[in-house]
Amino acid sequence: MSFTHTSHPKAAAEFVQNTNRMNWHDEALWFIRTKRDRIAQTVPDWELLRQQASEIKAHTLSKLDTYLQQFEENAIANGVTVHWAADAAEHNAIVLKLLQKVGATKIVKSKSMLTEECHLNPFLEKQGIEVVDTDLGERIVQLRNEPPSHIVLPAIHIKKEEVGQLFHEHLGTKKGSADPQYLTNAAREHLRQKFLAADAAITGVNFAVAETGGFVVCTNEGNADLGAHLAKLHIACMGIEKVIPQTKDLGVFLRLLARSATGQAITTYSSHFVKPAPGAEMHIVIVDNGRSTQLGREDFRNSLKCIRCGACMNTCPVYRRSGGHSYHNAVAGPIGAILAPNIDMKEYADLPFASTLCGSCTDVCPVKIDIHNQLYKWRQVLTREGHAPAAKKAGMKMMASVLASPKKFSFSGKMARRMLRWFPKLAVNGTLNPWGRQRELPKVPDQSFREWYKQHKKETK
Amino acid sequence: MSRQSILEAIRKNKPETIAAPAPYSSVKSDTDTITAFRTSVERAGGTVQQLSSRNEIAAAVQQHYPQASIVADFVHHPSNSHQNLLHDAASIEVTVLEGQLGVAENGAIFLHESDCVNRALPFITHNLVLVLDKSKLVHDMHDAYATIDTMKEGFGVFIAGPSKTADIEQSLVIGAHGAKSLLVLLA
Repeated sequence: MSFTHTSHPKAAAEFVQNTNRMNWHDEALWFIRTKRDRIAQTVPDWELLRQQASEIKAHTLSKLDTYLQQFEENAIANGVTVHWAADAAEHNAIVLKLLQKVGATKIVKSKSMLTEECHLNPFLEKQGIEVVDTDLGERIVQLRNEPPSHIVLPAIHIKKEEVGQLFHEHLGTKKGSADPQYLTNAAREHLRQKFLAADAAITGVNFAVAETGGFVVCTNEGNADLGAHLAKLHIACMGIEKVIPQTKDLGVFLRLLARSATGQAITTYSSHFVKPAPGAEMHIVIVDNGRSTQLGREDFRNSLKCIRCGACMNTCPVYRRSGGHSYHNAVAGPIGAILAPNIDMKEYADLPFASTLCGSCTDVCPVKIDIHNQLYKWRQVLTREGHAPAAKKAGMKMMASVLASPKKFSFSGKMARRMLRWFPKLAVNGTLNPWGRQRELPKVPDQSFREWYKQHKKETK
Repeated sequence: MSRQSILEAIRKNKPETIAAPAPYSSVKSDTDTITAFRTSVERAGGTVQQLSSRNEIAAAVQQHYPQASIVADFVHHPSNSHQNLLHDAASIEVTVLEGQLGVAENGAIFLHESDCVNRALPFITHNLVLVLDKSKLVHDMHDAYATIDTMKEGFGVFIAGPSKTADIEQSLVIGAHGAKSLLVLLA
């Protein structure tokens, strides 16, 4: 399911129309953020762990070609077939070819943001292949014909009554029932049939280990394993940044991932895939899709350290109140806003502006990505490249000219004070200044500080 | 194949080599591993029972799952004795397997492929019982990876609690796709 382009401010404005729903969404995410805080505080060396993870990733990125080759070599030795895809189109073509080779028409897929990024589902469906998303949240959004709104909690924007109605229509549950236990059980029965009948399974990859050629997939539901172990063909799709040097590095990352994501000590299942099962095939597709370009952008390189925990979304005051869909990208929130412009500056120029730059994302990031700094830097790059919104550009230009000249500054201050006394609503007029829509200005002073100072100095002499 | 062009782009764009950090040494909790492990498993939605001898396994399973009629106990029996059950693994009500190691900080238990008997078994069974030797508890994930080679066989898995989801309005539901319950027997 792909996005239609509506800019973030416009989509967010629609989201906040329903105040109750916005507050409900805000609180659901804040609840997860507080769970993350509570569990992080029980780990005495939490900050050291973050530092270690960040340094392992920095090291890996600096030798990424070497580690990818080492991973490939070991995976091949394990009996796994490795494919390389430069972009989404090549990735999708490789997957299709593998499925067609064995005549697979029924596919079960566990969570993979990469396949969302590549729009794999609509591509395969066009070829007459049935793709069933098996993560409960992903299945919910798939049945609603929507993309996920969060990388860890795909259906966080949907109310249980809506899930009840959806399952009533698609799975035949009782009308009006919204009990999560009952609905989850219905999905379990429904998806068990899909798992048992599947010809092939597609999974993501959380970590790929160079020294062994094995990879780790983390889930709470067990859906990746049921899919991969029951089907004869397992295709695992990974971005080039998923590789880590050694098995023991997993100790660092697995301690951070679930705690940062949902406030759990670890996910229920941390599965280590090394070799295909007897009689089964295992393939890995390594995808670039712009990542090597991001590696070359010094200011944004660190974004490739991301382990997709979603903590930056849960804490972001803008994400919480605008919803994941307003980011019109597979990865939403602060991290999405620094990854997306790398792929298409024009399309995603609005995203780095969807932030207050409060820095909360940077504080919670388990691999210490300086997210808010990168958002700020993207704004400069986008403005320089001519992608900033026209109104913002005109305003900035005017401000720059006023702030650069003391004469203009003092004159405009005087004018503003006079105008605002006469027309007190002018500066916060929503049509001229969107910033003023929910804001009031304090009372306008009679004189500027400069004027007051001059006068005061005279009087005290 | 884009292999070469991807690797070349990486070589061109990567920064100068940054040294790997020194191996990590974690701060260990002073809680004893059995108490910490039990708390972690319970937090993950599982149950822990301590046995005084391995002879009590069958009785413990019977006590926890009195209604179950299809029980595949691979700990008490040689692993080939239940092979016939694997043909219809989806109907197995209780599976009993032996874990290699348990992690106190998060309640995770590691199983090699050979411990799983069949890769799908720990996931497809409706209820899972894991037997673990008390002496095989470690403090944290670093100790776990230092103790066992998790990539030694074709597959291996850390299991912490029964399968679960909170995808419907953040309400925790135990029993998503995998096992609906996890009983850990510490022997």
